[in-house]
Amino acid sequence: MSFFFEVLIGGLLSGVMYSLVALGFVLIYKASGVFNFAQGSLVFFAALTFVGLREHGFNSALALLATLGVMIVLGLLIERIVLRPLVNQPQITLFMATIGLSFVIEGFAQLLWGANVRGLELGIQDEPIEQITTYTGMNVSKFDLSAAGIAALLVTGLALFFSRTRIGRALRAVADDHQAALAVGIPLQQIWGIVWAVAGFVALVAGLLWGARNGVQFALTFVALKALPVLILGGFESIPGAIVGGLIVGASEKLAEVYLGPYVGGGIEGWFPYVLALVFLLFRPEGLFGEKHIDRV
Amino acid sequence: MNVQTAASPQSGVASRAYLTVNNIEVIYDHVILVLKGVSLEVPEGKIVALLGANGAGKTTTLKAISNLLRAERGDVTKGTIEFAGKRVDRLTPNDLVRMGVCQVMEGRHCFAHLTVEENLLTGAFTHKGTRAEIAEALEKVYHYFPRIKQRRGSQAGYTSGGEQQMTAIGRALMARPTMILLDEPSMGLAPQIVEEIFEIVRDLNTNERVSFLLAEQNTMVALRFANYGYILENGRVVMDGEARDLAANEDVKEFYLGLSTAGRKSFRDVKHYRRRKRWLA
Repeated sequence: MSFFFEVLIGGLLSGVMYSLVALGFVLIYKASGVFNFAQGSLVFFAALTFVGLREHGFNSALALLATLGVMIVLGLLIERIVLRPLVNQPQITLFMATIGLSFVIEGFAQLLWGANVRGLELGIQDEPIEQITTYTGMNVSKFDLSAAGIAALLVTGLALFFSRTRIGRALRAVADDHQAALAVGIPLQQIWGIVWAVAGFVALVAGLLWGARNGVQFALTFVALKALPVLILGGFESIPGAIVGGLIVGASEKLAEVYLGPYVGGGIEGWFPYVLALVFLLFRPEGLFGEKHIDRV
Repeated sequence: MNVQTAASPQSGVASRAYLTVNNIEVIYDHVILVLKGVSLEVPEGKIVALLGANGAGKTTTLKAISNLLRAERGDVTKGTIEFAGKRVDRLTPNDLVRMGVCQVMEGRHCFAHLTVEENLLTGAFTHKGTRAEIAEALEKVYHYFPRIKQRRGSQAGYTSGGEQQMTAIGRALMARPTMILLDEPSMGLAPQIVEEIFEIVRDLNTNERVSFLLAEQNTMVALRFANYGYILENGRVVMDGEARDLAANEDVKEFYLGLSTAGRKSFRDVKHYRRRKRWLA
């Protein structure tokens, strides 16, 4: 039984890492109804910039601040250069634009910092916490636990921001109805700028944690693909959904790997979340916490 | 503009033009000519109705004023729009709301997933008032629309059409406008609710001195509550006058109110009278 819980906790904690990536998607989807294909590239770009700056002799705190600045400026630029000219275009146009954007960002990042794989040391060891091991006999990674803590902070902050502040309310208003938001005097451009900047910040956090775990390399852009089942499970518009979806994906893929894997020859972890997402699409397409489409008849 | 208002609180204000639309032409997508030279005036503290059939250009006129047009690939290519003595045709909707011009769009457009109260609060986006000021504005809206106070906690998408219309007007009021562009408030509502909403509009007009430019298909109701009316047809103003006179006008009666001195006409005659040359057949 203790082994079951160990797998479960390990899965939940790794799920939090998926949630972090999914969060960036949710932010942009909420505010502009666009599935931002470039989110993975933003994660990659953030991690690479941080590592690159450190290689150039910045200390960690300074590099973090500088990268944060870069990500915010990048977010604002994306709004100004890519999205503003596309206001009121069909969503598929915007989606295509973000695909193009992802190539530009990936290319630009590698042009700037080079394409070789780098390690990223955050000072948190990926090793079991001794106290927990001695008390319960389970191995819980210190790194995973810290990542979960950071994610929890981030989510609480964002949830409060969205529900309590003037800007947060405006963001949700824009997500519901662009035109009406304009009519009551909410400046769309400014709001989108803020959203992209916040998404850049989230990408930075996700990039650092994923980079520390897997190394900073081009493959980081693919973690975005793991966010997809998370979004389908949790719902595209919901911040809590991204978290719960991440937890479910993380836990279920690890449990499936351990308990079902032996029967089918292993390797379930890679595709199990997608099957789960498919089942969800069949029975609950808006996800667990997604907004139901309200139609007046 | 505030200086002038303060100088003459009651007398002489009535006839001065507050909003002036001067011979505007609107083109959508660079090719579709929708307004062909529309001019109108809204005097301060008055309710002016903009009447006409579907597609006459009522909504486009309102959107040209509030500048929501640009977001729909429309553009004012000729003419000028002045509000309180200033050219406003190149301002953003955000600037206009700050100046006191707020549009309530056709079809209500409440933020469906926000609660009624949150909807109202978004209306206060432009005036960064203190908490107390915003609470006060909120109370005022609830005072005029007691009906939505009961629904303040429910998601706007699940409230009735009348409640949504009230929420939409209340949301505009939160920006403390001096001029509201009200588009088709009667759409899809029961006559009783329409009456209720128009009475609140009149109250707002007399108590809060908010001027209204009102686009409406329901000519009968609109002329009863408005001071002045313009009739649009095919992107042009074809008639204007005091609401009382318009309501008494024979042509208006026949075309827009469905009344005429000869009593009810046979539908066949009307059809014959209005028959136009068809392109096909």
